Amino acid sequence: MSHLPASDILQTIDVSLGPQHPSTHGVFRMNVTLDGETVTRLQPVFGYLHRNHEKIAEGNSWLAAMPYTDRLDYICPLTNNWAYALAVEKLAGLEVAERAEFLRVITAELTRLQNHTAFLGFILGDMGAWGTALMYAFREREKILDLFESLTGARMMCNYMRFGGCRCDTPPGWIDAARAVVDRFPAFLDEMEALLTGNEILLARLQGVAPLSAARAIQGGMSGPLLRASGVDYDIRKADAYGIYSRFQFRVPRGEVGDCYDRFMLRLLEARESVSILRQALAAIPEGPVVHPKAKQRGLRPPAGEAYGRIEGPKGELGFYLISTGTDRPYRYRVRPPSLINLTLLEELCLGTKIADVMVILGSIDIVLGEVDR
Amino acid sequence: MLDEALQSELQKRGIFVTSLDEIYNWGRKNSLWPLQFGLACCAIEMIAAAAARFDMARFGAEVFRPSPRQADLMIIAGTVTKKMAPLVVRLFNQMPEPKYVIAMGACAISGGPFKEGYNVLKGIDRYIPVDVAIPGCPPRPEALLEGLIKLQEKIAGQRLIGPGRARHADAGDAADYPVPEYGAHDLVPPFNPEVFAPDPPRRAGA
Amino acid sequence: MSDVVEAIRRAIPGAEVERIENPGPSGQHSLLLGHGTARAVAEFLRDGQGWDFCSNVSGVDWPARKVKETLVRKDVVDGVEKEVKETVEREEPGYLEAVYHLYSVAGKSGPLVLRMRTPDRAGAAAVPSLTPVWKSAEFQEREAFDLFGIRFDGHPDLRRILMWEGFEDFPMRKDYVAPDDCEYEPTPHDAVLERVNARKEPA
Repeated sequence: MSHLPASDILQTIDVSLGPQHPSTHGVFRMNVTLDGETVTRLQPVFGYLHRNHEKIAEGNSWLAAMPYTDRLDYICPLTNNWAYALAVEKLAGLEVAERAEFLRVITAELTRLQNHTAFLGFILGDMGAWGTALMYAFREREKILDLFESLTGARMMCNYMRFGGCRCDTPPGWIDAARAVVDRFPAFLDEMEALLTGNEILLARLQGVAPLSAARAIQGGMSGPLLRASGVDYDIRKADAYGIYSRFQFRVPRGEVGDCYDRFMLRLLEARESVSILRQALAAIPEGPVVHPKAKQRGLRPPAGEAYGRIEGPKGELGFYLISTGTDRPYRYRVRPPSLINLTLLEELCLGTKIADVMVILGSIDIVLGEVDR
Repeated sequence: MLDEALQSELQKRGIFVTSLDEIYNWGRKNSLWPLQFGLACCAIEMIAAAAARFDMARFGAEVFRPSPRQADLMIIAGTVTKKMAPLVVRLFNQMPEPKYVIAMGACAISGGPFKEGYNVLKGIDRYIPVDVAIPGCPPRPEALLEGLIKLQEKIAGQRLIGPGRARHADAGDAADYPVPEYGAHDLVPPFNPEVFAPDPPRRAGA
Repeated sequence: MSDVVEAIRRAIPGAEVERIENPGPSGQHSLLLGHGTARAVAEFLRDGQGWDFCSNVSGVDWPARKVKETLVRKDVVDGVEKEVKETVEREEPGYLEAVYHLYSVAGKSGPLVLRMRTPDRAGAAAVPSLTPVWKSAEFQEREAFDLFGIRFDGHPDLRRILMWEGFEDFPMRKDYVAPDDCEYEPTPHDAVLERVNARKEPA
């Protein structure tokens, strides 16, 4: 598929971008055919991080799959945990403790904050700002990781959700510490907006690059910030109303054009909405147990059947499709990876753009290879 | 080496005495340039170690080079899959001597939590020599810094002449490590016997 | 669910659609599609019923299994008519399955679950591809082909996606045996020790 007549192309160059590349967000490879600097063909190559998560999960118990879900989208472990716990709760018909529901929302929105912050750092790095924005972004991210460490015991790889609740309760003072971090966060977002949003170079590199129409986005299975940047009003937190999201007031920002600038700005706006949800949840969290008394963890044997559970992860729709035959291990364990499916339209988006734009488009899709390849 | 008491006595009088080995290794260990090469989750902790809070720049390892030709340290951060293994070996071959490898995280050391996987290489030490192994899943940034310090100590102890000298001081032919190929069911060969020759397994307590 | 089936049968006469009950508490029942009319049914669901978002495509492996059935029949034994129990063992043929989860963006509803089954797990393991209907199925069908060996007829670019090109096995099948690539542990689990000791020479 080329946008130029064949007679005009004298010689094309085939470049293999990756898997070792500063801007490919991990071991992702793109076989790009260039006419000068313009992309005429782009074929993604996956599988360099295929770690057989689904096969391993078939050999271990239901609970043993929880630490592996941390390692899917390794920047957002807690939302991965929640998606899996949600799917198992659907499969086994389990209820969730009230305090745990609040803790789930709090940790999920904190995860979304630190993911969008890291996204800022990475996309600026892709555009050639070297490590500067990354330093700012990781400075803020460390504050949230400190919260995770005191709550779950680990900075990343938290392994915190359990079926019917969470693994453990908050240490004393954690809610106040979280509130302090959340109250200071809008100041950081203001700082980044002041530095970035009106920046000429950023505008020139992001505006008008790879616009995506709403219909095409839905057809291509885009989810998360990509879908909303194209103007589609679809947020799984509102559509499915899983957990207790229906109790919180928050807006769902939408883009107009669906270009890279919309995707960039949308994540900043989403971060602000997350701050709002966090304020509400931290104010309203009740006392109580963190695991439902009837839920079983080890030795859980869900009745035979299947279930598909999904959440609005920071990268998109993360879903788990589980089939149980009544035993203590999954019969089929399937991860619906948002990052892989968001890359379905990558070739379409990049055709006709310059090679420098390819990195920006890939950065604006915001992928994580642990999720793409599983 | 030199007597340390004598060295510090002289230093107090403004006379600095050293050996060629020491000063050469001092320069090398304090300016390691890592290859910008993160595979999986450990890469995020590697980036965090290079970020402002943990600051790998204090140890001289700030300059991450995208090209293997300009790097002298490869931090294997993350799981090496069988699909990726030939590329890792090829990158290692492209690095000029002296070069070092840090296996960061359980996956790079032995396959880690994904050891049962059909596509997972059970440790990068099957194909290339590893200098420092840092356990953890993922290791904290401080653990990576300690691993870096251990590597610096190893470099400081390397000799340039005599038996037991460093690999790069050998004037002999430096052959490339053989790159495995994709077979029908597995990599061919499944490991490099010159690099990977562990003791045969025995029962616990035996 | 039943009104969806009726709507499909009204719109496409002769459509091969069957409701499959999900025994578990999730309440997500599915529609089994026959190969001949699958594409037409999918297009009707997308255009006529608003299921425009194909969220997930999975492969599932159901190997052949032996089923023991006890049949009770009346027979004449020694001149007396009595009930005789006979245990019959038959083999249920195995098949591969492709499961699709659909959602509706405008209606904010879902999931609608579609299934297609292959006739067997060997040469005829093929189903029609639904990538022309929902582009989001493209990479996921390639993955089901790569890991399960399900061929999707009509897929624009059916080749391996996660494993390398020369790989010959289908790893997610239940009868896949991973290659023995010499696990070494200093104090190994019994299974590893047995495998290593069974090897006559170091591999």
